[in-house]
Amino acid sequence: MANARDKNYEFVRREDAPILPPPATEAGITGWLWQNIFVSMADYTSIGAGIRSLLMAILSALILYFGGTQIYALIDFTIFSAVFSDPEGIKREACWTVDQGGVLPSGWHGACWPFVVAKQKFLLYGAYPAEDLWRVNLTGLVGLVGMVWVMIEQLPYRREVGAAMLSLYPLMAFILLTGGNSDAEFSNIGIWLVIGLAIISAGRLGKRGFLGPTFAEFATLIGFTGWVFLIFNAVRGVAAVDFGLEPIDTRDWGGLLITLVVAITGIVASLPLGIILALGRRSEMPVARLLSTIFIEFWRGIPLITVLFMASVMLPLFMPEGVNFDNLLRALIGVMLFSAAYMAEVIRGGLQAIDKGQYEGAQAMGLSYWQTMRLVILPQALTHVIPGIVNTFIGLFKDTTLVSIVGIFDLLGAAQSTIADPSWSSHVQALSVYVYVALLFFVFCFGMSRYSIYMENKLSKSRSH
Amino acid sequence: MKKLSLIVAGVAALAAASVAQAGTLEDVRAKGFVQCGVSQGLPGFSNPDDQGNWAGIDVDLCRAVAAAVFGDANAVKYTPLSAKQRFTALSSGEIDILSRNTTWTMTRDTQLGLNFAGVNYYDGQGMMVPTALGVNSATELDGANICTNTGTTTELNITDYFRANGMSFNLVAFEKADEVVAAYDAGRCDVYTTDRSGLAAQRTKLTNPDDHKVLPEIISKEPLGPVVRQGDDQWFNIVRWSLNAMINAEEMGITSANINKLTYNDKTPAEARFIGTEGKFGEELGLANDWAYKIISQVGNYAESYDRNVGPNTPLKLDRGVNALWSQGGILYAAPIR
Amino acid sequence: MSRPSSLIYDRQARSLVFQVLLILALVFGAWWLGSNTLVNLAAQGKTLGFGFLTQTSGFQINATLGTWLMEYNVGSSTYLDVYVIGIINTFLVAALGIIGATILGFTMGIMRLSKNFVIRSFATVYVEVLRNIPLLLQLFFWYFAVLRSLPNRRGQIEIFEGAAGINITGLYLPAPLPQDGAGIVGVAFIVFVIAAFWIGSWAKKRQYETGQRFPAFWAGVAIIFFGTALVYFVMGQPIDWSFPVFKDTGPLLRRGFQIGNGMAIIPEFIAVWLALTLYTAAFIAEIVRAGILAIAKGQTEASYSLGIRPGTTLRLVIIPQALRVIIPPLTSQYLNLTKNSSLAVAIAYPELVSIFAGTALNQVGKEIEMIGMMMIVYLTFSLLTAAFMNWFNARVKLVER
Repeated sequence: MANARDKNYEFVRREDAPILPPPATEAGITGWLWQNIFVSMADYTSIGAGIRSLLMAILSALILYFGGTQIYALIDFTIFSAVFSDPEGIKREACWTVDQGGVLPSGWHGACWPFVVAKQKFLLYGAYPAEDLWRVNLTGLVGLVGMVWVMIEQLPYRREVGAAMLSLYPLMAFILLTGGNSDAEFSNIGIWLVIGLAIISAGRLGKRGFLGPTFAEFATLIGFTGWVFLIFNAVRGVAAVDFGLEPIDTRDWGGLLITLVVAITGIVASLPLGIILALGRRSEMPVARLLSTIFIEFWRGIPLITVLFMASVMLPLFMPEGVNFDNLLRALIGVMLFSAAYMAEVIRGGLQAIDKGQYEGAQAMGLSYWQTMRLVILPQALTHVIPGIVNTFIGLFKDTTLVSIVGIFDLLGAAQSTIADPSWSSHVQALSVYVYVALLFFVFCFGMSRYSIYMENKLSKSRSH
Repeated sequence: MKKLSLIVAGVAALAAASVAQAGTLEDVRAKGFVQCGVSQGLPGFSNPDDQGNWAGIDVDLCRAVAAAVFGDANAVKYTPLSAKQRFTALSSGEIDILSRNTTWTMTRDTQLGLNFAGVNYYDGQGMMVPTALGVNSATELDGANICTNTGTTTELNITDYFRANGMSFNLVAFEKADEVVAAYDAGRCDVYTTDRSGLAAQRTKLTNPDDHKVLPEIISKEPLGPVVRQGDDQWFNIVRWSLNAMINAEEMGITSANINKLTYNDKTPAEARFIGTEGKFGEELGLANDWAYKIISQVGNYAESYDRNVGPNTPLKLDRGVNALWSQGGILYAAPIR
Repeated sequence: MSRPSSLIYDRQARSLVFQVLLILALVFGAWWLGSNTLVNLAAQGKTLGFGFLTQTSGFQINATLGTWLMEYNVGSSTYLDVYVIGIINTFLVAALGIIGATILGFTMGIMRLSKNFVIRSFATVYVEVLRNIPLLLQLFFWYFAVLRSLPNRRGQIEIFEGAAGINITGLYLPAPLPQDGAGIVGVAFIVFVIAAFWIGSWAKKRQYETGQRFPAFWAGVAIIFFGTALVYFVMGQPIDWSFPVFKDTGPLLRRGFQIGNGMAIIPEFIAVWLALTLYTAAFIAEIVRAGILAIAKGQTEASYSLGIRPGTTLRLVIIPQALRVIIPPLTSQYLNLTKNSSLAVAIAYPELVSIFAGTALNQVGKEIEMIGMMMIVYLTFSLLTAAFMNWFNARVKLVER
C-alpha cells in the first residue's frame, strides 16, 4: 500500500517544523522575571483576581522601594559616605562635619572607620596584653583548623582530630589563654588523682561483680565519676605546670575573645550535664525524673539576664566564706546551667526519635542501662540532634551579649565602652561600631546556621535510605 | 542534682579559692598584687584607654596603695564593677579596695560591714541642661524630663529635690552612664543629672559640649572615697595613709619631679619623715619606711593626679573648687605624718 | 542466700536506694547553700525577710501603664507597688509583643513561600538578618539610632491634626476618660463580642447541617461595632476624650506636648516592643514556613482540584494542619519573647528587672528575696503560657483523625 507521503497530500508536512525559541515567559531573563515576579500580578480575568493582582503589584513596588532604599542607605553609610582613614591622626575631628568644626559637609552621615580600626584590638581581645596576642591568635587558629578539619568529610583522621579537639584542645586553650602556672599544690592534686584512680578501680571491680550485684548496676556511673575526678585533676595538674607564659587574668580578656570563650565553653560544658538531665527526664525513677524536670523547667523559665544577675550577685552569697569565683567564671557557671537545660531538651528530642526496637534490641543483647545508652542510644541520638545543638549554640552565641550587663566586656560590651571614649566622639561614633559588631555577629551566626541546614539535609538524606 | 553539686564543688576547687582572713596585707603580699574594684568606665576617675590600661584619680589611689605595699605602682589588677555589684565584690573578698567614685554615706559605712578610708574627691549632684533652653536655675525646671542612671543615690536625690520644691518631673533611668548620655544627646530629656564630676566627664561625649551648661544648684553632698572591709585595721590604715600621703605631699610641695632631690638635699624634719629617712612610720603600717617616697615618685601627689586626670587641662576641665587644699580655699585636709 | 541479698537482686529496691541517695544529695546541697548564705548574710549584717515591701520607695518612675494603674506616688507608694508596676509593664510589653510578632511572623512566613521573587526574597532577607543579630544590639539600634532621627521635644510629626503626634519623648494619642455609665458600654461591648462568637458557631453548625453559608465574620464585626456604638449613644456618650496638646509658643521649656493631656506612649516602650516583635517575628516566620512545608503537597493539589481558591486553601486546609506542627515551637517563642522583655533594663523601660531587681534592689539590698520574687514572676508567666498552649494544642489535635 502506498505511503501517505508519496500521495503528495497538501496537508502533510514534508520537512520538520523549525525549532522555535521557548516562549518569552518560559526561558531566559524575561521568562524568569515573568515566572517569579509578573505572573502573580497579571491576572485581570475577574474583578477579584484583578484586585489581587493590583495589590500584589503595589506590594511588590513598595517592598522594592523600601528594601532598595534601606540597602542603599546601608551601603552608603558603610562605603560611599564612610571615612576610611585618618592620615593626620586628628581622631574625632576626622569624622566631624563643618558645623562641628571638622571638614565633612554639613549633614554628612557615614561610618567612621578609623575609629573602629583604632579600637580593633580592644574589640577583638579586650585588654589582653599586646605582646601576648599571639597566644589568642594561635588558640583561635588551631581551633579553626581543627573545626574545619572535622567538618570536611574528605579529610583523613577526622575522628582522631575530633577527639583531640574535645580533649587536648581545651587544655591547650586554657593554658595558652590564662598562662597556666596556677598556684594549686601538686601534692594536693596528687591525692585527688589517687582518689580518682581508686574510684575507677572500684568501678572496674564492681563491674566484674566482685562487690555484689547492686554495685554492678552503679559501677558504670561510679567509674564515670572516677574518670571525671581523674581528668579534672589531671587538667589541674597540667594547668599548674609553669610553661614560662606570663599569667593573664581573665579580667583583661575582652571583646570577641570573651564572646567566643563564653559561648564555646558554655555549649561544650553543658553537653554532659544536658545528657544526664535528658536521661533523667526520661528515667523510670520518679525522683530522678521529677528533679530533672524541675531543673530543666526552672532554667528554661527564667531569662538569662536574671541568671547572670544571680550568678554575679547571689553566687558569692551561696559559697562558703572566702571562696571566690572570678567574674568570668561566675558568668560561665550561669551560662552553663542555663544552656544545659536547653541542651537537655534538644537531646531529649533526639532520644525520643530513637526507635523503641533499639532499646529492646540492646536489652535482648543483655546490655545494662548505661551500656545501652553509651553504645547504642546516645551515639544515634546525638547525631540526630547536631542541627539542634548548632542552633542552641547560635542562640547562646547571641545571648552572650548579655554578659555586658554584668560588667564583662564581651564584643558588645567592648563596643559600648569604646563609645565612651571622648577622643573619638562624633554623631556617628555609636552607629559605626554597632554596624561593625552587627556585621561580625551576622557573619558568625549566618555561617553556623548554613552549616546546621547542611547537616540537617545530610542527615535526613542518610536517614531516608 | 548530685552531679551538679559535684561539679560545683570541683569548679570551686579550680577557682583557686583564696581565703580571706583578717590579714588583707598578707593576702595581697602573697598574691603579689592589689585587686582594685573600679567603675566600668568613667573618664577622669577610672577608665580604660585604647590599650585597655586603666587611668583616673580612683585608679591612682589603687596605684598608690600598690606602690606603698610593693614599691611598684603597677602591681594592681582592676575589676570593673557595676554599682550593683560593688559592695558584694568587696565583702566577698573578690577585691581588696573599692575605689569606684563611691559616696560615703552613713548607711553604707554602718550597715554593709565596710569602712570608708577617706575622701579623694568632694562631689555633689548637679544638673546639666542645653543652653538653648534658657534656664538659669533648677527651680525653673517644673515638668521637665530628666535622664539619669540607676543604681545610685542620684534618683533619690533628684526625686527629693523636686518634691521639696513642689515641682513635677519625669524620670528616665538607664542602667549605664553611656546610655544616659546618648539619650540626653538625642534630646530625650531636658536635664541630665548626676555627680558634677560625672557631668563634666560625660559632657565631653556630647556632640556639641559647648551647647550645654551645668546649673548652679548642688542638690547633695557626695564625698567620694575608697572603701575597705570592716575589721582589718591594718589594711584600712594603709589605704587611708596612702591617700593622706598624696595630699600631704601636695601641701609640702613634694612632687614626683622633685622628690628625688630630697633624698640627698637638705630637708626639713617633716620631709625627712615623709620620705622615710627619719622615724619608722612605714614599719608601723607594716610597710617599708620609704612607702610614701614610692607613692610620690611613681604616682605623684594629689595635685599631679588631679591635674593629670580631671584638671583644667583635661577634657573634663574641672577646677579644683572645694577639692583644693584647705590652705588654698578648699576643704582638702590630711592629718600630718608624725 | 539470706534476705538482704534477695533485696539486692530486686530491681525496684535498687532504684529506690538510688533515689533516696539522690534526695539525700539534694537535701545536703540545699543545706550547704543555705547555711553558707546565712553565714555570709550575717557577715554583711543583713537579715532575710520581706518587711521591706511595705517601706515607701523614694524614687520617681517613668510614667507608664503600670504607674497609671497603681497611681504611683513617690513617698506614699511602697516597694510592693513597685513590684506590681514592674509586673504590669513586663506583661504589657510581652502581651503586645506576642500579638505583633504573631501577626508579622505569620505574614513573613507566608511571604517566604510566595511565588513572587520580590516578596519572597524580601522575607528571606528579613528573616536572615534579624535572626542573626543579637537582640540587645537591635534594641540599641532602635532606641539610639532611630530615636535620634525623630524631632526633638519641641517639635513633632503630626499623625492626625491635633489628635496624634510623635516626637522623641514619645507617641501621643487621645486618651479615653470614662464618665458615669462608661462601665455599661464596656459590659455591652463584651456581651456583643460573646454574641459575635455565638453567631459564628451557629453559622458553622448551620452550614454543616444545611450547607447554607452565612457571612458570620462580617455580621459579628457589625454587631460589635454598631451595637457598642448604639449603647454608647444611648448612654449619652459617657466617654470623654483627652487630646494631646502641643504648644509651639511660649518659653522653650514649656513648648512641646503638655503633660497630662492625652496618652503618652514612652519611646522606651516603643523600642522594646519593636525590637521584640521584629526579632521574634523572624523566628516565627521560620516556624510557620516549616509548618506549611511539612504539609504534603497533595493536600494543596487536592484542594485546588476541588476548586478551592489559593487563599481559601491556605486558610481552611493548610494552616489548620500546619498549626499542629507550628504550635509547640511557637510556644517556646512566646516564652522567649516574654523572657527577652527583660532586656528592656538596658534602655530604661521600667519593667520588672529594671525597676524592681534594678533600682529598688539598689536601694534595699535584699538580693535573695528580690531576685527570688522576680524569678517567681517569670516562672509563673512560663507556666501559664505553657498551660494555655497545651490546652490549645489539645484542641487543635482533636481535628486529627
